Amino acid sequence: MLVFIVRRLINSVFVMLAVAMLAFLIFQMAGDPVEMMANEQTSQADRAAMRERLGLNDSLPTQYVRFVVNAAKGDFGISYRNGQDVLHLIGQRFPATFELVMVATLISLVVGIPLGVLTAIQRGRWYAEGLQFVSIVGVSLPSFVVGILLILVFSVIFGWLPAFGRGDVVKIGWWSTGLLTPSGRQALILPAVSLSLYQITLIMRLVRAEMLEVLRSDYVKFARARGITRARIYFRHALRNCLMPVVTMTAMNVGALIAFAIITETVFQWPGMGMLFIQAVTFIDIPVMAAYLCIISFMFVVLNMLVDIAYAVIDPRLRTA
Amino acid sequence: MTAEVSETPQKIRPARPSLFRRIRASDLWWSFTHSKTAMVSTLLLALLILTAALAPLIAPQNPYDGAQLDMWKAELPPLWQADGEWPFLLGTDTQGRDMLSAILYGTRISIVIGIASVALSLVIGMSAGLVSGYFGGFIDNLLMRIGDVTLSIPTILVAILVSTVVRQMLPPDLREVGASAVLVLAIALSAWVQYARIVRAQTIVEAGKDYVQAARLIHVPARRIMGKHILPNTLTPILVAATLNFGMAILTEATLSFLGIGMPPSQPSLGTLIRIGNQFLFSGSWWIVLFPVIQLCLLVVAVNMLGDWLRDALNPKLR
Repeated sequence: MLVFIVRRLINSVFVMLAVAMLAFLIFQMAGDPVEMMANEQTSQADRAAMRERLGLNDSLPTQYVRFVVNAAKGDFGISYRNGQDVLHLIGQRFPATFELVMVATLISLVVGIPLGVLTAIQRGRWYAEGLQFVSIVGVSLPSFVVGILLILVFSVIFGWLPAFGRGDVVKIGWWSTGLLTPSGRQALILPAVSLSLYQITLIMRLVRAEMLEVLRSDYVKFARARGITRARIYFRHALRNCLMPVVTMTAMNVGALIAFAIITETVFQWPGMGMLFIQAVTFIDIPVMAAYLCIISFMFVVLNMLVDIAYAVIDPRLRTA
Repeated sequence: MTAEVSETPQKIRPARPSLFRRIRASDLWWSFTHSKTAMVSTLLLALLILTAALAPLIAPQNPYDGAQLDMWKAELPPLWQADGEWPFLLGTDTQGRDMLSAILYGTRISIVIGIASVALSLVIGMSAGLVSGYFGGFIDNLLMRIGDVTLSIPTILVAILVSTVVRQMLPPDLREVGASAVLVLAIALSAWVQYARIVRAQTIVEAGKDYVQAARLIHVPARRIMGKHILPNTLTPILVAATLNFGMAILTEATLSFLGIGMPPSQPSLGTLIRIGNQFLFSGSWWIVLFPVIQLCLLVVAVNMLGDWLRDALNPKLR
C-alpha cells in the first residue's frame, strides 16, 4: 500500500514538473518579457539591468529550475499589466471562483442524482425518455449559450435576478464571501445554475446507467422477493451501490469546473480567477497565465491522486497498477 | 507456380457484391433505418451542412462585402415583427448586416474548422497511438506521458493557451488571416490523446496476432504493417470518437471565439456572432444573439445525437 502511494506521488510530481515546463515554455515562446514591461523611455542600460535582475542572462535549464523552485514557494513573479504580485492577484479572486464551483457542484448532485434514479426506474415512460433526450441537448449546449439564455429569460425579460457581478460581499480575514448577503446570494444563482447544467446531465446519465445495471442484479431481485417496498429498494439498496462512481466523478470534475468557470465568469462578469485569466490572455500577461495554468493543474493532479489512492484503499486489486 | 496460387482463390470466391449492395446488407444500415433519432439527426445535419456549403448561392447578401451593407437598415427585427423588412428574414445587426446570411457564412466557418481540427487530431492521435503500441518501450513511454500531461490540463485551457501562444508567435499582419489555422491547431492539440489511447490499446492486441507475426516474418516494412494491416482494425471505435469529437470541436471553436480569442469579427464564426450579439442583449435586440445561438445548438445536437446512435449501433455488446 505504501509503495503504491509513494509511486503515485512520484508520478504526480513528474506530471507537475512537466506542466511547469509547459508554463515555462509559454514564457520562452511568447516574446521578450523586457520588451513587454519596458516603454519607449527605457534606456538600453535600464533594459540590461532589468534583464539581469530577471535572470534572463542565465542558461535555460537554470531559469527553468529557478521557475520551479519559485513556483513551489508560491512566487510566480509580478504581473506585466499592473506590477502586482501574481499570487496575491489570484488569491484575491480565488474565493469568488471557489464559492461558484462549490455551489454549482452541490446543485448538480442535488438535482442530478434524483433525475438519474427517476429516468432509470421509469425507463420507457414518456417523461423519462423526455428527460434522457433533454440530457443529450444539455450536453450539447455550450455553457456560454446556457448563460446567455438564462440572462435573456431571468434578467432581461422578467428582471428577477442580477445578470452580472457578485453583489455585496463580506470580508472574513482574507476570504471574501457573497453567501452572507441577500444580493450576494441572488447574484450567485444564475452563474451557479449555468455552470452546473453540464454537470447535472453528466451525473444524471451516470446514475441512470449504474442504476440500470444494479437493478438487474440478484440482490435486488431477492430484496423484491422479500417484499421490501420499491422506494426502499431503489433508494437504500440500489442507489447506495451507484454512488461510488458518482463521488469519484464529482471529485475529479471539480478541477474541470474551475477551468470551465472561465466561460461562466466571462458571461456573468463574475470577478473570479477565470476572468482574471481571460484578461491576462487578452493583455498577454504571461506570469498570470502561467500561474493560473500551474495552479489549476495542481488541483487537477491532487484530486486525481486522492481519488486513485482512495480507490486503492477500498479495492486492493487496484494496488498493483 | 505463383500464377496458380493467385488464380485459385479467384475461382472459389463468389463475385463481390457492389458497394451499394454491401451497404444495404450491412448491420449498420439496418440499425440506421430502424432508428428515428439517427435518421432525423442525419437529415438535420445534411440540411445544415448543405445550406452552409451553398451559402454564397442562397444567402440574400454577402456579409463580408461592406458595399452591400446599409446603415439605414441596421437593427431591423425579424420579418414577422411589425418593423421587419424584406429580404431580412431574421433581421439585421447594428451594421445593417443580414442575420440569415451572417449565420449561413458563420456556420460554414464553424463546420470547416470543426472538420479540419478533427482531421488533424486524428492524424496526430492515430500516428502516436500506432507508433506507441507497435514499438513500445521508450517511445511509447514518452508519447503516453505527454498524453498524461495534456489530460491533466482541462481541454478548454489547452485550447486557450495554444491559440494565444501560437498567435503571439505569428507576425502581426498574419494574425487575422491565420486565425482559423491557429484555431485548428489549438483544438487538435487539445483532443488527440483520446485517439492515441484507443489506437494504442487496439494496436497492442492486434500486434500479437498471427497475421501481424506472419507479415513481420516476410519482412513487410513496419510502416506498411501499421498502416495497411493494423490501422483498419482500429477504425470502428475511432469513428465513434471522431463523430462525438466533431461536436466537441465545434463547441470549442465557438467558445474560443466567444471569449474573443478565436475568429475575428471580420470573418465571424457562430461563436463570434454570439459574442457580438451578446453586447446587445440588454438593448432589446434579442435576434442578434438568439438566432446564432439556435443555429449552433442545432448543429451540435445533430452531431451528438448521430454520435450517440453510432456508439450504440457499433457496440457489439448491445446487439
